[in-house]
Parts: sequence; structure tokens; C-alpha cells
Amino acid sequence: MIWQLDFILLVIVVICAIAAISVKDLLSSAILLGAYSFLLCLLWTEMGAVDVAFTEATVGAGISTAFFIGAIYHTSRRTKD
Amino acid sequence: MHDAAKESKMIRDFENIIIKTVCRAIIPFIQLYGLYVIAHGHYSPGGGFQGGCILAASFILMVLAYDIKEMKKRMSEKINTILCSTGVIIYTGIGLLCVILGANFLDYGILEIILPADAEHSRSLGILGVEIGVGFTVMAVMVSIFLNIASAGEHEDGEQG
Repeated sequence: MIWQLDFILLVIVVICAIAAISVKDLLSSAILLGAYSFLLCLLWTEMGAVDVAFTEATVGAGISTAFFIGAIYHTSRRTKD
Repeated sequence: MHDAAKESKMIRDFENIIIKTVCRAIIPFIQLYGLYVIAHGHYSPGGGFQGGCILAASFILMVLAYDIKEMKKRMSEKINTILCSTGVIIYTGIGLLCVILGANFLDYGILEIILPADAEHSRSLGILGVEIGVGFTVMAVMVSIFLNIASAGEHEDGEQG
């Protein structure tokens, strides 16, 4: 474990999470959530939890992003609030 | 909300020769990688859940690049349901086989009675069988969820086409 790398990845993860809930475009929000999952996958790989990282990469960055995009096609793309 | 119908149509007939060709080239390798992850799940990272998700991602990529009908030629709703049930039957069947042979549920070591291997190899093969069952079910359920989300539950129109 290299704590500098952990710290940098954690900062980018938090930035991605805040951006995903504050952006108005829902499609951008889904893509940012995919980036968040991928960076969290990198963080877990760096911490040695390879199996969790694999699950995060397949489910979080792969499948759930496709689910979100499929759902956004059936609603309005911009939020009202 | 007024252009929701037009946008939802985008996911059905979206024409791009580059995307279609690249997806047609890359989908077999994604599926091969998913099978690799399932087959090596018991002694390396990965397993039935992750491999099933990768297999489902290949079918979702097929839906995104082509359309739902093109994908249903490969895996119709009937085959999807059968695969989903088959995975659960494989999982519980291996578990109950251990109970029938006299051990606990999913205690694979007892499978050495019926398998031509010793207890350690029976344990490894039992875990492999359970991973295969989990992979089937996860793939079928993920594809089913995506089809229901992407078509707003209307994909059963023109079934078995």
C-alpha cells in the first residue's frame, strides 16, 4: 500500500461522487457514476482486495451504467430541480 | 418528456457501421473472457457472479449496437428463462446432492463417492459446478433486467421472432 496513491485516488473518487450528484444532465451523471466506480475499483485493487475490485468493475462500471443509460432514454435528460 | 419517444427509438434503430463492425469483432472475445472468469473462479479473482456479468455485458453490447430483435435471434426470452432456472437447479442440485450423500448442504468433499477423484479434487469440481450455475443465472437475470428497462417492458411484442 502506497498512501500517496491511496490519497490521490480517494480525492478523485470524492470529486467524481460530488460531481455525479450535482450535475444537471442525467446522462453526464450516469457516466460520472461509471467513472466513480472505475476509480473505486482502482482504489480497491491498490488496497489488495482484488475480488471486490473485479465485482466493482463488472457490476458498477459495466452493467449498472448500461442500466442507467437505458433508463435515461425513457425519461427527460435534464433534471427539474 | 415530449421527446422521450424519439429518444427511446434511438436505442432500437441506430445506424453506425463502425460501431456495428467493432462490436461484432469484440463480442466473441468478451464472451470468451467471461467463460475464463467463470472457469477460473475457484482459484483466482472472479467467479460466477463476475463472469455472468461479463457475459451479460456482451449481450447488452449487442443490444446497444444492433437492436433488441437482433439479440433475440441469439437468445430469446424463452431460452433466457430456461437458462435462469437451469442455473438455480445446478446450484441447488449440487447442494442437495451433498445432502443426499450424507454431508451438509454444499459440503463438496462428500462428492468423492460419485466422482472419480479424491476429496480435494471433488471440492474443487463442486465449487466449479456451483460457479457455473451462478454464472448462468446472473447472465440471464442481467439480460432480462436490461431488456425490460431498455424497452419499458414491451419487448415481448413479436416474441419468438
